[in-house]
Amino acid sequence: MLKTFPKGGVHPPENKMASGAAIEVLPLPKTVTIPIAQHIGAPSTPAVKRGDLVKVGQILAQSSGFVSANIHSSVSGKVTKVDDVVDSSGYKRKSVIIDVDGDEWMESIDRSTDLIRNISMTSSQIVQRVMECGIVGMGGATFPSHVKLSIPKGKTADVLILNGVECEPYLTSDHRVMLERAEEMLIGVQILMKALEVKKALIGIENNKPDAIEKLTKLTADKPGIEVYALKVQYPQGGEKQLIKALINREVPSGGLPIDVGTVVHNVGTALAVYEAVQKNKPLLERVVTVTGRSVSKPANYLVRLGTPVSQLIEASGGLPEDTGKVINGGPMMGKALNNLDVAVTKGTSGIVMIPQDLSQRREIKNCIRCARCTVVCPMGLEPYLLMTLSEKAMWENVETNDVMDCIECGSCSYTCPSDRPLLDYIRLGKGTVSKLIRSRKQ
Amino acid sequence: MNTLVLTIISLSALGILLATILYFVAQKFKVFEDPRIDEVDEVLPGANCGGCGYPGCRGFAEACVKADDLGTLFCPVGGNDCMGDVAKVLGKEAVEKDPEIAVLQCSGTSSCRPRTNNYDGAPSCTIASSLYGGDTGCQFGCLSLGECVDVCNFDALHMDPETGLPVVDEEKCTGCNACVEQCPRDLFELRPKGKKSRRIYVACKNSEKGAAKKIGCEVACIGCQKCVKECKFEAITVTNFNAYIDADKCKLCRKCAPVCPTAAIHELNFPPRKVKPATDAEKPAPKAPPAEKAPVAAEKVETGKPTEKQAVTEKKAEAPKAEAVEKEEKKTE
Amino acid sequence: MNKLINVSPSPHSYGNDSVKKVMYGVVLAMIPAMLVSIFYFGISALILTAVAIASALFFEFAIQKYIMKVKPTVTDGSAIITGMLLAFNLPSNLPIHLIILGSFVAIAIGKMSFGGLGQNPFNPALVGRVFLLISFPVEMTSWPKPMVNRMALVDAETGATPLAMVKEGLKNNESLSSIMDRLPEYSEMFLGNLGGSAGEVSALAILVGFVWMIYRKIITWHIPVFMLGSMAALSGILWLVNPEGFADPVFHLITGGAMLGAVFMATDMVTSPMSVKGQIIFAVGIGVLTIVIRVFGAYPEGVSFAILIMNAFVPLLNTYLKPKRFGEIPKAV
Repeated sequence: MLKTFPKGGVHPPENKMASGAAIEVLPLPKTVTIPIAQHIGAPSTPAVKRGDLVKVGQILAQSSGFVSANIHSSVSGKVTKVDDVVDSSGYKRKSVIIDVDGDEWMESIDRSTDLIRNISMTSSQIVQRVMECGIVGMGGATFPSHVKLSIPKGKTADVLILNGVECEPYLTSDHRVMLERAEEMLIGVQILMKALEVKKALIGIENNKPDAIEKLTKLTADKPGIEVYALKVQYPQGGEKQLIKALINREVPSGGLPIDVGTVVHNVGTALAVYEAVQKNKPLLERVVTVTGRSVSKPANYLVRLGTPVSQLIEASGGLPEDTGKVINGGPMMGKALNNLDVAVTKGTSGIVMIPQDLSQRREIKNCIRCARCTVVCPMGLEPYLLMTLSEKAMWENVETNDVMDCIECGSCSYTCPSDRPLLDYIRLGKGTVSKLIRSRKQ
Repeated sequence: MNTLVLTIISLSALGILLATILYFVAQKFKVFEDPRIDEVDEVLPGANCGGCGYPGCRGFAEACVKADDLGTLFCPVGGNDCMGDVAKVLGKEAVEKDPEIAVLQCSGTSSCRPRTNNYDGAPSCTIASSLYGGDTGCQFGCLSLGECVDVCNFDALHMDPETGLPVVDEEKCTGCNACVEQCPRDLFELRPKGKKSRRIYVACKNSEKGAAKKIGCEVACIGCQKCVKECKFEAITVTNFNAYIDADKCKLCRKCAPVCPTAAIHELNFPPRKVKPATDAEKPAPKAPPAEKAPVAAEKVETGKPTEKQAVTEKKAEAPKAEAVEKEEKKTE
Repeated sequence: MNKLINVSPSPHSYGNDSVKKVMYGVVLAMIPAMLVSIFYFGISALILTAVAIASALFFEFAIQKYIMKVKPTVTDGSAIITGMLLAFNLPSNLPIHLIILGSFVAIAIGKMSFGGLGQNPFNPALVGRVFLLISFPVEMTSWPKPMVNRMALVDAETGATPLAMVKEGLKNNESLSSIMDRLPEYSEMFLGNLGGSAGEVSALAILVGFVWMIYRKIITWHIPVFMLGSMAALSGILWLVNPEGFADPVFHLITGGAMLGAVFMATDMVTSPMSVKGQIIFAVGIGVLTIVIRVFGAYPEGVSFAILIMNAFVPLLNTYLKPKRFGEIPKAV
């Protein structure tokens, strides 16, 4: 019996056509655009100006608070401007634009490929290094990792959970990392265990990646405390609350965080980035991005320097297919549709999925037939049909009492609705309005 | 017969008993209300729009009765006449206020602000605005999904299908503020209605640098400050490359509008200028002249279901002549 | 790229379910019952079903197009279901004008007056049926005998349903066993050889439809199982207490509209609760009420009334029986 979360979920077609493609290093772009807001929390403060020469790994923007992250240059060259450019948020935001010149790295970074097993730093030094290197959640959420590793007073963690689930259709970057960079990633896991002072780590992997499960099970056989679990293929298995429930049967309380039930969840890509940061002093400046789609001629996984324009990745995979209707930054369930193909790859870009025209348009909205399928599939036990109707009628207090803030925006409800109702659109509207209400109440 | 009599007696007794109980309960729980609240409520328009800031007309009536003076209280729907009536009822002084009317600070019609992508989500401006900058090159402009129209209680807003912008009906607009609060881009502003209903305002809220703006929209305010130099009353200020005309200082002299290189300054309800061949007093959304309507789609739009905006976009791709004529029109006013 | 890219909020992947698939799936599930009704009741059953469906479609189309002025949605299959279910609830020899009247009440009053698909609180087919029953009791309670007049369009030989026979017989102080002797064997009745409304007679055909809908995940098992279970439980208790005064549970399950009601009427998504807890209470309520009306009430059959009464409770059940939230913090008492 495979472990899984008990309530809700859907099973969209997996479409993992890029899972066999080994990671390819993408050639350096000509210019990079690095937004100063690539993470949850306050945007960073630019530390360079027009005309500055930078090296790979040099700080471009300083973290501007606790919940913020440093941003480093992924290329060497000259800063041509610090300007507002359209980024993956859909709005223009301040970015550092660099003309690439050569590939000169900061001397402090260890570029060797030797595997460094010994973890010499203490727990607090690890957290410090993670913060300095600007590590954020690589699963797409981009939450600053040092914040997750700094356990608030009064709470303790007893187990670390690694999210190797990759439940989104099409995406395969975590899969390839687990296959090709397994050793380094596992040392990253041990580093995280040391930082959190826990003795146990569980790696959850969806059952559609048997090779990764096998490889990691073998490699963790001699590592005490690290266990690998295969999980049922069900979306959103990789949602942190669902993953915690599946692996250790604890429910994160409403409004709470995983640390409230004694655990911290990190993506396997983040674990790899932590290894590179702690053992090689390499800040977060590149990541694996899956480029895929039904009509894409060459689905692939690229190791991309941050700031590379998405158009270059699309070109490398054979160009934009003729029938493309939508280009998604991320996966098809939770990713963001791009309106401009020159936006840059950021820390949270897990994949670029090109959806053909016939699949990319919404169908006509019909009346709710009260079939309750949305309620059945909601993994958080909410009632999407009710939240949409209440949001449409602007009954915000009612929306709040119906626990709209618990919504993890997984999209299972909109996916399932037979009447093609834009449930998640209105639920997000409800969440935004209710959080404004809550904030104004606190003042 | 006996049954009938019994029935009548028992039902009557029950009726009388219940009526008595109801009477005493009504007396016990009676809420004393100042009778003047009812009187004030009578003279109010009864729209319950919340424009006064109070929950409905009854709430406003209560506030009027409770207040020492009516200085801070104003019903925008009823206007000065209504406040005068309220003052008479209560024996207090009403303050005269200039009637206000909503203006849309965007003139990016579908012909001068081309679409760059196709928005396919829920038809709500707030939802679209929280997703991204919009389906045009200007991330500050009107999204054309009509939330303002839905929220207007007085039927004063309508979407113009040709331009894709909402049009304010001057007769019906009461200045109740609903559209101002609803628009996620803050494009509406309440400005004084002005003598003869004339207004001058800058129809652009884009705060990016000038050159970038023109790529997205031809009639954007580029912050060139020509109008600032022209205005003798110092009514115009430019902040973040965007000009704003202060309604209190503006004397409606009309000197600023012709110098604006992008025709971003709109003049409403003025007589036509005598300088060049006259066109009618400009409406907030300049329409393309009826003659050119050849739907030559230079840009093939791929959308499954034709929306009004798509039809408009196809009209957009017409002879540049039409656009030149438009520009001429705007420049002459 | 020539075409405009689409942008919308996530998710960007959609499942294969649609209203049409759900509705036509139910229609398919009802085909066995329809075939059986034609087998036992002949041409008149076919005409009954055809007229009911056609008039339901016509009324829905006309009301949507000319009165509500919205795009007609008759192709989604819901009007067909209403028409078929209404037909299944009527005796096959009902005059055509009454069938059309019933369809009109079902669609216009039972469904459209509330706003169309998904907005009605009461099961439309049952609204139509109960209207006809109360307004035309004679026509609605003269059921044609099965197998006898299959080719006849009018003047079918009529007889009472088993439930009516039991009720009459018990009123006349006949013993239950002698009443049962006059009725066909249970195995015969299970297949459908008994008097009754067109679609309700064959428990077997309805069970086939039930299995099909479960397999296609159109409905869940809770409502039919709990409704029939509670019917069996309550009638079983009564029967154990007095076997000569109350019919046994099997009788109650296979006669009358119990099976049809459990599988097709009570499971109607629009009028049943949204949560499993709610559905169970709903189903048990229907089961108990059905037996109470059948045994202690004036009517021999209670399913229609029971379902309509419980439909009225559905909003209450939806408000108070919400699904368990993930990570729910138990509220302090």
